[in-house]
Amino acid sequence: MKQLFFILLSIVIVSQGIAQSEKFTKAMTTTIATFDSAKTADDMLASSAAFERIADAEKTQWLPYYYASLSQVLYAFMKNDMSQADAYANKADDLLKKADALQPNNSEISCVKCLIATLHMLVNPQNRWQEYGPVIQTELDNAKKQDPSNPRPYYLQGQNLRNTPEQFGGGCATAKPVLEEALKKYETFKPASDIAPKWGKGQVEKTLATCK
Amino acid sequence: MLPLLPLLILLLSFLAGSAQTVISGKVKDGKGHPIQGASISLKDTYDGATTDSLGAYHFKTTEKGEQVLLATSIGYKLQEQKITISGATLHFEVVLKQEPNELTAVTITAGSFEASDTKRTTVLNSIDIVTTASANADITSAIKTLPGAQQVGESEGLFVRGGTAQETKVFIDGTLVNNFFFSSVPDIAQRGRFSPFIFKGTVFSAGGYSALYGQALSSALILESVDLPDQSSASVGISTVGLNAGFQQLSKKKNSSWGINYSYTNLAAYFAVIKQRPDNFKIPAFHNGEANFRIKTSKTGMLKFYGYFNYNQLGLRRADIDSLELKNAFRLTNFNVYGNLSWKEKIGKKWHLYMGASYSNNTDKIGNELQDQHNDPLNMNLEPYDTKSFQVRTDGELAQLKTVLERRLYGLSAIRFGGEYMYFTDKNKYSNQYVTNGITAADDHFKAAFAEADLYITNDLAAKFGGRFEHSSQLEKTNVVPRISLAYKVGNKAQASLAYGIFYQKPEKDYYLRGYAYNNLLYTKATHYIANYQRVSRDYTLRIEGYYKKYENLIKTYGTSNAGIIDSVGNGGYGDAKGIELFWRDRKTLKNVDYWISYSYLDTKRDYLNYPYAIQPNFAANHTASVVVKKFVTKIKTQFNGSYTFATGRPYYNIRYSNNAGKFQIADQGKTISYNNLSFSVNYLPTIGNTKSKNFIVWVFSVNNVLGSDQVFGYNYSYNGLRKDPILPTARRFYFLGCFLSFGVDRSDDVINSNL
Repeated sequence: MKQLFFILLSIVIVSQGIAQSEKFTKAMTTTIATFDSAKTADDMLASSAAFERIADAEKTQWLPYYYASLSQVLYAFMKNDMSQADAYANKADDLLKKADALQPNNSEISCVKCLIATLHMLVNPQNRWQEYGPVIQTELDNAKKQDPSNPRPYYLQGQNLRNTPEQFGGGCATAKPVLEEALKKYETFKPASDIAPKWGKGQVEKTLATCK
Repeated sequence: MLPLLPLLILLLSFLAGSAQTVISGKVKDGKGHPIQGASISLKDTYDGATTDSLGAYHFKTTEKGEQVLLATSIGYKLQEQKITISGATLHFEVVLKQEPNELTAVTITAGSFEASDTKRTTVLNSIDIVTTASANADITSAIKTLPGAQQVGESEGLFVRGGTAQETKVFIDGTLVNNFFFSSVPDIAQRGRFSPFIFKGTVFSAGGYSALYGQALSSALILESVDLPDQSSASVGISTVGLNAGFQQLSKKKNSSWGINYSYTNLAAYFAVIKQRPDNFKIPAFHNGEANFRIKTSKTGMLKFYGYFNYNQLGLRRADIDSLELKNAFRLTNFNVYGNLSWKEKIGKKWHLYMGASYSNNTDKIGNELQDQHNDPLNMNLEPYDTKSFQVRTDGELAQLKTVLERRLYGLSAIRFGGEYMYFTDKNKYSNQYVTNGITAADDHFKAAFAEADLYITNDLAAKFGGRFEHSSQLEKTNVVPRISLAYKVGNKAQASLAYGIFYQKPEKDYYLRGYAYNNLLYTKATHYIANYQRVSRDYTLRIEGYYKKYENLIKTYGTSNAGIIDSVGNGGYGDAKGIELFWRDRKTLKNVDYWISYSYLDTKRDYLNYPYAIQPNFAANHTASVVVKKFVTKIKTQFNGSYTFATGRPYYNIRYSNNAGKFQIADQGKTISYNNLSFSVNYLPTIGNTKSKNFIVWVFSVNNVLGSDQVFGYNYSYNGLRKDPILPTARRFYFLGCFLSFGVDRSDDVINSNL
């Protein structure tokens, strides 16, 4: 009798666990889908909030914090309101810190660090270049080191170069090889799971198209 | 089967859980406006929503029973609310409270212009200072294009809002700098000693400054030195006036650095090409050395040292005003040492500690000689020629300590308090044909304690209350002063501020060193009232400021001589100054062009020194305006800078002692012609953006007073009052050409960042 009780109890607990992880994966999959299809800044903000809810409920998963932070930064870029950008960047940074604590030295997290620094810099490039320029570079280097197969640091670097005037060492000529490298890595890159980061390929193709 | 019952209940409750409850409502701010993009959620669940443009939200949940509803948005405090879900549709109106935040909160700005790199209210930054055409990389010359400062060409310093140059004090990393400018030369304004590149932040306060600073009746120029460099580098430069070389080493862990710089300035070549009005018999030559180290003592702590040494000599000869053939030869040797050590650290969560110590030692050896037409010394016993030849050596030392503690209160509010101690020792050794060894000395143990509170009453209303206590052993007097400012946000980007404060300054050391009779000298006193409106956005800055300043107990000098001999000094002077100032900066309207316009109206009168009654002082012009324009042309990697400054004429007086009346009277007066200065500079950066180049090259070419406009700074009168000579610049135009190289560091960052 006792045995049966424990067996049943453990079945319930396990199935609850499976249900929970299924629920998590399902929620992540649908939120990633809305994130991928976000057309407006408001869509992006809604995704960020949805990821943050999952993250705060789970507390031990780094991916929802990572996505919440990423979509917060992308929201700021889409919104393009520099008077608020520092606040958005700080919010993204708070979220990313939680992801970083759960999953240290992660290449994807380093990529978002780079994006956050870029956002801070764009608020006032004249005065902030010296502070954030090296951060951007360091995080790109870290991301490449932490996972050499990750195409996203190459994409971000190529994108930055594309947006830098030719006279300052940017432009298509320098951006193109980096973007092509990124594209090559996208071809072979295998995300660790269905909900692991896989974004960026489309943007690389778009950016490359502007260089023709 | 009994033990299975709870399991069945559990399973049943799972199934029952699928019934959904709708929760909806609106999120608003304290003023009842809807908040878009606010996040609403049930704590520890996935369920929630984001508000739409009307602040409305709507979501479904399968949760039951007691839950916590969370609502938040950037810039607002997190709001928690306990709710009970029983299946029926729920509706909640949520009101979010604004979170005080440095980005949106009002800032206290009356009176001061911030030029720091990080603050939102940036008006000018370090690169702006270097690229201001008329400034030739001199900090105070760039500050002179801001409202409040006068265009005074005959002596150094900042003359602010009807105040003398002595009424503006300069602080580096919190402590007073005694000899910020090179030693005075008659009728020629001297540059500041320090390069703008060693500072990351500049606050120019034209009045109403913080209780942390004192002993400046008019204005405070507060400079903050740079932190660790980005990387190690070496640099060399050559220009029409000299050579320089430097080295900066950053440790591998990037937590400490040290550096040295040396520069040698010699104007021989320049004076050979560009004719100067005075006869420079000893060509100005300067040896300038600097050393620094910076150590990150912890994550939040920084220890910085900056040391400076300078040795320079010059000699110039001009016609003597009291004769047709005689000449006056002035010779100066200056030796200056300055050191500043400061430490900043965060203690616990709420406390900040700042400590600073500095020491300076300045020696000037001045010789003035009356010479005949063959430049040979001449001794005459006749007034006024008998006192024209003299030797003077002045030694000035200042050692000081300052400590400030800051504690964060709620939100952005904070209190700051601390104290400072300064020890001044000054010695004068004077000799002429009557006095062989006239040594006078004065010292002062000066102590101050101060406290200040920044109180954010709401995000839109802030107040700063400060008080300062000072004691000077030289005066044997104590003073206690209040400083108050208020700021109120009147729109998204606009705010209005008010400031009030009392400022004391001890009489200049000269009054103690020249053997004048004085009895019970007091602190000179100024009271400031300032009202300010400003609108600051990323691309535009607009400031309008009005002020009234009242002077009391200014120094009066008494005597019976027209050769400048003073018998006694007292505190009988007074005066006032009022005015309106405008500043407009626009980085957007014209493509790749950044320009600013400033205008100052000043109405001031004072009775001080030997003035017979209150008159407009000779350093004050009624109207001053500047336009500064900068444009970078990416294609040719060149930055073009232009500036134009205009000031109405300044009054000049011949104040003479009348034996009949028994007092000083104005024997002659007038107004100088108005001041015009169009300046131009070009920076060419051939290696910019060349990522393969390890060197970075900057070419600089500048011309001051391109049009060669006549500039008259005032008039000197002869002893008998019958002759007046205009005070003119040493040359009509000033040219500068230089080339600067750095290795190991791509300085293009500096330039890109000033033009992005």
